[in-house]
Amino acid sequence: MIGTNRYIGSPVERIEDLRFLRGRGEFVGDLQREGMLHAAILRSPIAHGRIRGLDSGPARHITGVRAVITAAEIGAVPSIPLRLLPLPGTERFLQPVIAADRVRYVGEPIAVVLADSAAVAEDGVGAIILDLEELPPVPDRRASGRHEILLFEESGTNLGMTFTGVLGDTEAAFRDAPYVRRECFEVQRHTALPMEPRGVLAEWNGAQGRMTVLGAAKVPFFNRDTLAAMLGLGPASVDLIENDVGGGFGARGEFYPEDFLIPFAARHVGRPVRWLEDRREHLTAMNHARQADCEVEIACRRDGTILGMRGEIFVDLGAYIRTNGLIQPRTLAQCFSGPYRVPNVHMLVRALLTNKTPSGTYRGPGRYEASFFCERLIELAAGDLGIDSAEMRRRNLIGAAEMPYKLARLEPGGAAVDTECDSGDYGEALERCLTEFGWEEKRKLQGRLIDGRYHGIAVACFIEGAGAGPKETARLELEPDGSVAVYVGSTAVGQGLETVMAQVAADTLGMPIDLVRVFHGSTPYLNEGYGAFASRSTVLGGSAVYEGAQSLLEKIRAAAVARLGGQPDDIELVDCRARTSDGRSLSFADLARDGLRVEATFANNNKLTYTYGSTAAHVAVDLGTGHVELLDFLVVEDVGRIVNPLTLHGQAIGGVVQGLGGAFMENLVYDGNGQLLTGTLADYLIPTASDFPKIRAIALENHPSPSNPLGVKGAGEGPIIPVGGLMANAVANALASFGAMPNQLPLSPARVWRMGREAHLSETPTDIAP
Amino acid sequence: MQVNFELNGKAVAVDVEPRMHLADCLRDELRQTGTHLGCEHGVCGACTVIIDGAAVRSCLMLAVQAEGSSVVTLEGLSTEEALTPLQTAFRKHHALQCGFCTPGMLTTAHALLTDEPDADADRIRSVLSGNLCRCTGYIPIVDAVLEARAAYRKTDKP
Repeated sequence: MIGTNRYIGSPVERIEDLRFLRGRGEFVGDLQREGMLHAAILRSPIAHGRIRGLDSGPARHITGVRAVITAAEIGAVPSIPLRLLPLPGTERFLQPVIAADRVRYVGEPIAVVLADSAAVAEDGVGAIILDLEELPPVPDRRASGRHEILLFEESGTNLGMTFTGVLGDTEAAFRDAPYVRRECFEVQRHTALPMEPRGVLAEWNGAQGRMTVLGAAKVPFFNRDTLAAMLGLGPASVDLIENDVGGGFGARGEFYPEDFLIPFAARHVGRPVRWLEDRREHLTAMNHARQADCEVEIACRRDGTILGMRGEIFVDLGAYIRTNGLIQPRTLAQCFSGPYRVPNVHMLVRALLTNKTPSGTYRGPGRYEASFFCERLIELAAGDLGIDSAEMRRRNLIGAAEMPYKLARLEPGGAAVDTECDSGDYGEALERCLTEFGWEEKRKLQGRLIDGRYHGIAVACFIEGAGAGPKETARLELEPDGSVAVYVGSTAVGQGLETVMAQVAADTLGMPIDLVRVFHGSTPYLNEGYGAFASRSTVLGGSAVYEGAQSLLEKIRAAAVARLGGQPDDIELVDCRARTSDGRSLSFADLARDGLRVEATFANNNKLTYTYGSTAAHVAVDLGTGHVELLDFLVVEDVGRIVNPLTLHGQAIGGVVQGLGGAFMENLVYDGNGQLLTGTLADYLIPTASDFPKIRAIALENHPSPSNPLGVKGAGEGPIIPVGGLMANAVANALASFGAMPNQLPLSPARVWRMGREAHLSETPTDIAP
Repeated sequence: MQVNFELNGKAVAVDVEPRMHLADCLRDELRQTGTHLGCEHGVCGACTVIIDGAAVRSCLMLAVQAEGSSVVTLEGLSTEEALTPLQTAFRKHHALQCGFCTPGMLTTAHALLTDEPDADADRIRSVLSGNLCRCTGYIPIVDAVLEARAAYRKTDKP
């Protein structure tokens, strides 16, 4: 399939590291321009209100403040379009790039101050006199669902969108089922929190009518087109430049208000303008994620065979529907049942507007939440039916012979109405996981009190739908020095894209990897590109690079024939030389003079790849403190084909730890007035180096994806998906003797402590810890 | 006002506003952008630099407080040529992904191993727990620091 395979499958150390390790990365905040002004943004201090007046005079009088931009300066205020699932009706709930007369969440932009330094710009923000009329807020989805206070009166509703996932006939399945159980579960609002806050540096060239925006990420081409339309420019007059990006995880790089405001400001004043988000504004300005609760049911036979799942799920969208805000509710409806054979499904998801920061995708969007709900249901059913946790899953995993396996049908769905698991043997990954974990041995500890702590183990399985379409593009050019420049529409958010693309190109071309240079993301490189989301870069970008490299080899061969004569089949391409059978040869560098370049597009017909796997964990719960110690965690996943085991392992471990953050610590807490109470990193806790030291990950490549020439499956999001459900079940099993029901995340020390305390008060078992 | 200190072995004099913190001074005035700002409230540790041998958060210190100090940033721990043993270990163990927290991890680890070249895994975890990373899950960072210890041990030990 590929020339040499020297690199694909090897733990190639990353090209990117050489600059990052020396402090020579180039993040947007590292860039300056001659004459550059600094922007700071006045944001709404209240959750819901009307803007009665705004006096920017005191700000303008500060020495060093150059301009104040409000909705009045912008005129016709554009709204941010949906990038994904732009369904009819959503246009009513889009976010305007700046608040003109109404604010709907704490953190919504109201004015932009431009000044000679960031500090003076912040002084200017503080000097603006804002007159707000407070309106009663909609603090949560329950208040939203009463539709008494509306965020958008003209729409007459707070219901942003409804999705339904349907398979088979749940009415019949539940009517005839010998076992049914109904439960409520809840996942808290949390967020991706990349370590680099966002930033935008915009330069307007008035003479050329050209806008250049640095700090782009994730989806620069979509954002370029969006910005161009908002500014009344042609897409060819706008360049989005991708610099080094300090983490994405789904949230960074979507089109946010600042992605219009800063370029607008640069054109308004005719000077470069840079805005760097600070962490406090990040926590109210950047997409939140995950908040959902549900009332769901499972129906089974007595032997544990799942007959159906059904129920209602509620998503708290926040104040507007942002670019990808409907992916989470969509996925909850369509992928609730995960890797399990559930023949009858009916999931109704209502996505409701509230006066909070709008939500969007965060690594495994909807899937983390769905897995928590689904795995809890299955665990409870297994307990009721007297079936071992692992055996319950073994009996219900989709079988290898059932591939491809169609999941629930989505309504309304558009292009995503159907999706199917593409390939694999889910039971194989489960058995490997159980063996490596030592399930049979560890299950002897289930629920036991040892040295004052209760031990629990659990197992969970997952699928990761990834590699979303429609396509990706690449261009390869043979350079005069014999190297190859690879331009790809995929984007780097810290995942090691340059190295992985170089591995694919170098192996396909049979070249040393240091002769391949990878350029990515920025719009001037290519006519179109699609970027990094849904773990798609290696699948689509990698396949585009592979096909481009194949085409380049054919061009090199044709050029060699033109120079050396003979037939194409007589030319051997090896060690960067084209050789004829009679021993004459030309180097690739010689042939580069012929201007050899190719463009390639890889389209996947919207067929997702499905990485899958199983996880197991062992915890010890201290009811005296509510602390849960993770004693062992193992994930086994099959990714189809491994390009770089080093970076793949990094994705797995990193994803698991993020998932553990969501399971135990991370929580965006709002009060009843819609004020965020966790607006600093001292309040919003993420895992640190001492929290979860014992995590193991094993990657398999037994079942390649049939949907792309590399056989790869997207693998950036799988291992985070089952973590919430797995942890809740491990804690539930540890505390099973008191019937503890950890049905809400996060499993904070306070919540775990309360579970023990409530059990103690109601049952006073004799062996309970103090 | 003018502040004088030593930056990566060279004397520097720079005009700063009294309210400017050291990280902004290093990044914007002295263009040493290897020092990163992830929170500006002293939690994330990305801005950690080494001042008179101690790991310090440069976002929590005013530039004027650096007067007369020796300040070392990641640039000062790096060479044009080969990676240092600590950097090599980070690369080998894939202890960085996006690279944004990396400067603080390296400066913190360097300060730790300079003082305690025999630090064990628990000690390393404890010290690094003041530096946030969102990509790696920390396990490879700890492994890298453990491996780099050998290079910090004095060869002339009795």
